[in-house]
Order: sequence, then C-alpha cells, then structure tokens
Amino acid sequence: MSPVALQMTCVAALLGSAVLAIVLSRLGSATAVVYGATLVVSLIALIGSIRWLLGGTGGATDLTLPIGLPWLGAHFRLDALASFFLVVVNLGGASASLYGLGYGRHEHAPHRVLPFFPAFLAGMNLVVLADDAFSYLLCWEFMSLASWALVMAHHREPGNAKAGYIYLVMASFGTLALLLAFGLLAGPAGDYGFTAIRAAHHTPYATTLVLILMLLGAGSKAGLVPLHVWLPLAHPAAPSHVSALMSGVMTKVAIYGFIRVIFDLLGQPTWPASVVVLFLGGITAVMGILYAMMEKDLKRLLAYSTIENIGVIFASLGLAMAFQANGLKLAAALAFTAALFHVLNHSFFKSLLFFGAGAVLTSTGERNMEKLGGLIHRMPFTSFVVLVGCVAISALPPFNGFVSEWLMFQAVLQSPELPQWALKIMVPAVGALLALAAALAAACFVKAYGVAFLGRPRGKSAETAQEVDRFSLAAMFILAALCLLAGILPGFVIDALSPVTIEILGGRMPIQSNEPWLSIAPIAESRSSYNGLLVMVFITLSASLVVFFIHRFASRAIRSGPAWGCGFSDATPAAQYSGDSFAQPIRRVFGTMVFHARDHVDMPAPGDTRPARLRIELHDLIWEGIYQPIADAIGYSSERLNRLQFLTIRRYLSLVFATLVTLLLVLAIWS
Amino acid sequence: MVVISDILVQGVQMLLVLLLAPLLTGFVRKIKARLVRRQGASVFQPYRDLLRLLRKEVVLAENASWLFRVTPYVTFAAIWVAAALVPTFGTGLLFNWTADLIAIVALLGSARFFLALAGMDVGTSFGGIGSSREVMIAALAEPAMLLIVFCMALVAGSTQLSTVANFMALSHVGLRVSLGMAIIALIMVALAENARIPVDNPATHLELTMVHEAMVLEYSGRHLAMIELGAFLKLLLYISLIACVFLPWKIAMIGAGPLSYAIGAGAYVGKLALAGFLLALFETATAKMRVFRVPQFLGAALMLGLLGTLLLFVSRSF
Repeated sequence: MSPVALQMTCVAALLGSAVLAIVLSRLGSATAVVYGATLVVSLIALIGSIRWLLGGTGGATDLTLPIGLPWLGAHFRLDALASFFLVVVNLGGASASLYGLGYGRHEHAPHRVLPFFPAFLAGMNLVVLADDAFSYLLCWEFMSLASWALVMAHHREPGNAKAGYIYLVMASFGTLALLLAFGLLAGPAGDYGFTAIRAAHHTPYATTLVLILMLLGAGSKAGLVPLHVWLPLAHPAAPSHVSALMSGVMTKVAIYGFIRVIFDLLGQPTWPASVVVLFLGGITAVMGILYAMMEKDLKRLLAYSTIENIGVIFASLGLAMAFQANGLKLAAALAFTAALFHVLNHSFFKSLLFFGAGAVLTSTGERNMEKLGGLIHRMPFTSFVVLVGCVAISALPPFNGFVSEWLMFQAVLQSPELPQWALKIMVPAVGALLALAAALAAACFVKAYGVAFLGRPRGKSAETAQEVDRFSLAAMFILAALCLLAGILPGFVIDALSPVTIEILGGRMPIQSNEPWLSIAPIAESRSSYNGLLVMVFITLSASLVVFFIHRFASRAIRSGPAWGCGFSDATPAAQYSGDSFAQPIRRVFGTMVFHARDHVDMPAPGDTRPARLRIELHDLIWEGIYQPIADAIGYSSERLNRLQFLTIRRYLSLVFATLVTLLLVLAIWS
Repeated sequence: MVVISDILVQGVQMLLVLLLAPLLTGFVRKIKARLVRRQGASVFQPYRDLLRLLRKEVVLAENASWLFRVTPYVTFAAIWVAAALVPTFGTGLLFNWTADLIAIVALLGSARFFLALAGMDVGTSFGGIGSSREVMIAALAEPAMLLIVFCMALVAGSTQLSTVANFMALSHVGLRVSLGMAIIALIMVALAENARIPVDNPATHLELTMVHEAMVLEYSGRHLAMIELGAFLKLLLYISLIACVFLPWKIAMIGAGPLSYAIGAGAYVGKLALAGFLLALFETATAKMRVFRVPQFLGAALMLGLLGTLLLFVSRSF
C-alpha cells in the first residue's frame, strides 16, 4: 500500500469510528471503544508518517478519488510537508485519545462528543492531505464544523453558546477568505489542482491579494491578532482533550495551510510580504501573552498562550520568507526549521497543559485558578507533569521550548545580511518583541502554576481534589517525556525536518547528527552551539553532588513549623497572593497602555465597618475597537431594515417597481 | 591526555568560581562598609555564614511541598553550570560550546523560574509579593539581556561566549557606539538581576521594600545557604561576563600553557576586585528607587540594547 493510501485508509477508519460512535453512543462501553479505535488508528497513521519522513527518499505519492468536482476528482498527496504535519496531527490525536479513555468517562453527555471526536481528527488529517483547492476547502469546513460541534458539546453552560456563535462567524469569515484566495490562485482558467496552481504564473497583484487573504483565512483559524477573538472563547469551551487538539493541533493545521499556499503554491515569496508577516507575528506574540497574564481562567490562559506561540511561529515564518526572498537559503532553512520545530514543540506542551487543566477540572470542577491552590499535595503526578509543561513552554533549558526559541534567535542574528532597509529595522524590533514575549511567558506560567498548584487551597473543591486516572496520567507523562527528549536531542528533530525544508525551500540546515556529543550548531561559521543533553547532565550531576555532600557532611535535619508571618500569620488562605495580585506589577507596567487597566480602590473611612474593595478595570481594546463597532453597526442597520417587514402590499409593490426602474436605468447608463 | 587536561582545566574553573564567589561578595561588603566609615565584617564572613547555615537544621513551613525542597539545589546547580561556562581566566574550555550566551541567559531564567515558584509554594503574602515583583523585573531584564547578547553576537559573529571573548581579545575592535550602549545596558541589567541598589537592596530585611529577599523569606538552614551561594555565584557570573567581553585583557587563549592560565587567573582576580570596588562605590553613592521606577530603569536598558542592535543592523561598523 502506498503511504498516501495508508493515510487515507486511516482517515476512512476514523470516519468509520465516527459512524460507529453514533450507533453506540448510548451504550456504556462506547467511550472505551471509540477512543480505543481512534488511538489505534492515530498510532498507525503516526507511524506511517514518521516512517515516510525519516525514510525521506520515497518521493511524494498521489491518490485521486472519483469524488468531488466531476471534472477534477478529489486529489490527495503525501509529501514531506504534509507528512510532518500529519505527525503533529496524529501525535496529538493519539495522545488525546489516550487521555480521552480516562477523561471521557466523566463526560455526562458522551453522545455529544464521541461522534465528532473521530470526525474532527479525520478532518484535520484530510486538510493536510488534500491536493486540490476544492477538497482542501471542503475538508477545512468539515474540520471547522466538527470542532464547532465539540465546542457546543456543553452548550448549556454559560458562555458556551456565545463562544460557539463567535467561532462559527469567524470560521465562516476565514473560509470565505480562503475561498477567494484559492479562486485567485486558480486563475481565469479555473484549474483547482495544486499541481496546476504551482505551475501557473501569478501576477504580483494576485500574489499580494492571496497573501492578505491567507493571512485573514489561515490567520483567523490560527489566532493571529486581531483575528484571535474567537480562540480564547471557543478552545476552553470544548472538553479538555478537544481543547488540547484545537489549541495544540488545529492551529497548526492553519499554519500548514499558510505554508502550503505562501511557500509552496505561490512560489518564491517577496520581501514586502515578509515584513507584514514578521510584524503580525511579533505583535501577536506579545499581545497573546499579555492577555494570558491577565487571565484567571486556567483554560483561557492556555488559549491565550497559544496565540503567543502562534505569533512566534509566524514571526519565524516571516524571517524564512525574508531570507528566501533574498536567496539566503541556509538562513531561510534555519528560520523555517525553527518555525516547524516550534510547531512540534507547541503541540507537545500545549496538549500536555490542556490535559493538566482537564485533570484539574475533573477532580475539582474548577477552571478559575483563584479558587484552586495546593494541588501539588493532592495531585502529585499531575502537578509534576504540568510543571514540566510549564518549564517547557517558558522556553527554559533543557526542555524543548528553549531549542526552538534558540534556533529562532540564531536566525534573527543572520538577518543583517538582508539588504532591504525595512527588514533591517523590522527584524531587530521583532527580535525584541519575541524576547519580551518569552520573558513574559515565563512570568505567566509562574503565575499559573504558582496560583493553581502551589500555596494553600483557596476553596473546598481544591482541598478535596484527587489524583486522576491512569490513562490521563499516561497521556500526560508521554507528552512530558517527549518535551524532554526533543529538548535534549534536538539534533535528531532538526535532521528529521530536513526533507521538509529541502522540499519547500530547496535548502537545508547542516546535518546535526555529525556534531560531536549530540550538540546542535545551525551555522557552521558562527560556531554557536547548544547541547541540551550536556546541560541537563551537568545540572543533574552538580545538583546531586551538592545534595550528597551537604547531606553527608553538613546537616540533614528538618523541623516542620508554621510559616513565618512576620507577626501576623495570615489565618485564611484568601490572604495568599492571588493570580490578580501576582499579575499586578506587570498589569501596571504594560496593562495601563495595552488594556487601559485601572485599579479602583474603595477604602472605607476610619470607623466605617464595611469591607474595603479593589476593582480592576480592564479593556479589551481589540474587541471594543474593532468587533464591537462592527456588531453595533450590524445591529443598528438590521434594526432599521426591520421596518421593511411591516409594510403594506402596495408599498412592497412600489418598492419592487422602484428597484426594477433603478436597475433598468443603471443598465441603460452602463451600456 | 589532552582530554584529561581539558577536563582538569574545566574542573578548575568550576571550583574557582565556586570558591571566589563568596569572597567577592565579602569584598564588596567590606568596601561598602569602609566607604561609610564603618569597620565592616571580614571579607571571609560570607564563608563563615555559609558554613553556619549548612550546619543548621532546616525549618520547613508546614505547607511546603517537594518543589520547595528541590528548588535550592536546582537553582544553585543551574547558576553554577552557567557560571562554569563563562570564560574567566581562559577561553575555549572543554565545555564552553555546551551552551552559548543565549543558553546561559536562559539557564539563569530557569533558576529564577524555580525560585519564583518556591516563593509561591508556602502560601504566604511575602513570598507572593517577592515572586510577582521578581518576575516583573525579569520580564524586562531578560529581553534587555537578549538584545545585549544580539549586540555582542553581531559584532563578534557568534553567540558563543568563548568565541566572542577570543574575538574581543585578538582583533582590534576599537571603540564602537553599539558596544558602548551594550556595556551600559549590561551593567544596568546586571544590577537588576543581582538585586543590587538601585533596583533592590540586598542588605534589608524589611519585607515590603524588597524583592528577592521577600521571595526567599521562608528558606532556612542548608536551603538558604544554597540560595545565598547561588546569589554570590550570579554576581560573579555577571562580572566575569562583563570582564570577558569588554575587558579580555590577559585572558588565556585556547590551548595555552599553564603559565598563561596562571597569568589569566591573576588578571581575573584583579578584574573581579576592580569590578567589586566599582560596584561598592556605585552602591554607596546611589539610593534605592521605588519598585515602579524599576521598569523605567530597565526599559532604558532595553532601549539601549535595541538601539545598539539596530545600529549594527544598519552597519556592522558601528
């Protein structure tokens, strides 16, 4: 069986499981059967795509199905780019299925989740495999709708219906943009096959329009600021393993679409395009993490942090475009590899963190971190893996998040070679924005972990939390191990990504497995290198050495006592630092400008016994500045047009007559 | 044979930084005391403090988790590894290529990450206030530091500290606007990162005015010793960093003989003393600023770093 046929069989099996889920969904064992089936199928697809990527020499394989447009058929193709993204999709799918085996048991309405889960997985696989515009758009819509159904699984919970509505509007808008983009790409001849589009010549005007439309279409799905508004509403509304898929994987499918069109179908990118992408990426990264910093809902915080990571990926892609436009193949490969590496990394740790949030949700029923605390004592395993995820996402060595950031900074350092002035100014500025975003991400995850998992419990539910089931833990531990492995053995990942860079850019990074001691050195001349394995070994060794010496020769005595309260021990856990108070310094530094944040303190006069109150005022300027006016305008005009509903028949007839006359007049004047 | 001597030199560096760090802090304290006409404790006092702390039992808050107990060792190890990778007396040590300057900055970031978490662990307000202010300072200091790294890397063509030091020592770099900005920004960041005046005062124990000390308020005994030693090492690290990039005078080159290593070590101690003296002088001459003035201070460092980098993007000769 050819590799693409194998993948399509897996997709068919996933669709079959969806049908099976509809049939079985009222049975008690349905959860285990469906997630078990998706787990097995995802694993097969995963192994298939990894083998293709590592084998690397097989060449792309095609498959045409006699469905879709009658004169075109449905084309599917497996090449290096597709197989890399299939790895991301199916790894996410497999881990989410494993997690679902445990987590799904707590689902009170399984028939609302089970049929759509395999369908969603199948949709994402199909988007990556599609090789003509028609199938692509169809699969894209299928994926969107399946995920929308999952967002609406708990539609009676407050806020979820609104989330689903906004998601639907934004998804339709995105698809409209994609539709127009592919229309432009297909040209007047209307050949929708990707092979034909690739071969065709595109005028600069059309190229610019396609770029804008792709930024709108793929960008809205990925969560580029200011098109991100649906994401922090919809991702957390779904069940947690679906949130993990939406954040960790579906945003990556959008990035796949962007890469496929901009790098592959359009051919050589132009440098002005890269300026736009760089700028949007940098802004998205900083805005996303600032939003996350202000958030107290654990899952929404993670969704906002996804926006940050998408910004990082887009910024790297922008760099790759800039280098490619100027013919700097090696630097382009470096930036592109950094982007792909970050895609992979983000799918690992974001899934892990959403699983962790789901575990917290299962055992406490809380998403609001201001009601959690002290979970490290009650959920030791979950706390441990979530800590790994937090360290990894904060880009700290020796975990994987750091490697992709490091590669990206190395790419930034290559950019003085770029001849254009706009890029010379833009790249360091974006580098600064990315550095700021990385530092803020660490702050944000100190807050998230410190408030939710450390300290004393802030509520009854946090006090009585229990460790979650083994399937969930297994899924989280596997992802945590992957975070560490990709961090300490980055050379293997970089080498595995080389077929993709060769296919898309025609260049590659130097082979890393030849480097001594498994370190990575992206640019041979600069001799900049990093070795995650040795860093980890050194830290472990020196820490153990110190522990051994101190415990052996100095002291190992421990006494337990009450915490030092400086004369006033805070009796109530509510007196602990909360998430809002933790974010206060950063809110004051950045928030006054970005969110027009104000603290309103209501301090009673001496002798007055009412409690003092602090109210924080935050404004989402993007929502209030862009979306609210649009919504208001639509509301206003529909209110006005509403009057048309209650006219008499004579007026309707005269309206029709007037329209007819106007149209005839227009026609007469036109011709 | 070569490998063994390389490992030996690297080991010497690891021990050297560990042994010199408390002395440097003791020296700075002594100078500060003398400058305000106090007698001051002996320069060896930090060693005595550490030994005393190491022998004492640990008083652990009732609510402390395993993270609280692991953090001192993790942060210390991360800082120690970072300090061992910065060239002190010689460049091109065996493991210098393990981590470049970006990774060293990130290692310090790891240390801070765990320390800030430990501040939140016990669930008191002091730990929280310390952690939240520490991450606010870090959120500005780290990007500033990365831009300084960009600046140096663009001049030297590598982020590898050993290569940068070699480049600075061997070629005639001359006076450069960008490097001038970088060193000013680096000193500002170093002051903030080491919780020195004017950003934070290492000598106070008045919880509300301080940042770093509030965060580690719950620590005692050997845990506190590890955190203190980590802080000493961090100060040494930043001074070594400034010295090896901007003052690579007499630093031993790759494969140099024992004699030049000895000369390099002597010069290194001299540089440390000079930097320690200047630090003490500066700290005595300025006052601590309010916490919410710190963002402006660090913002200036960030802008200097960005300006330096921009200039280098405009032309490599700035």
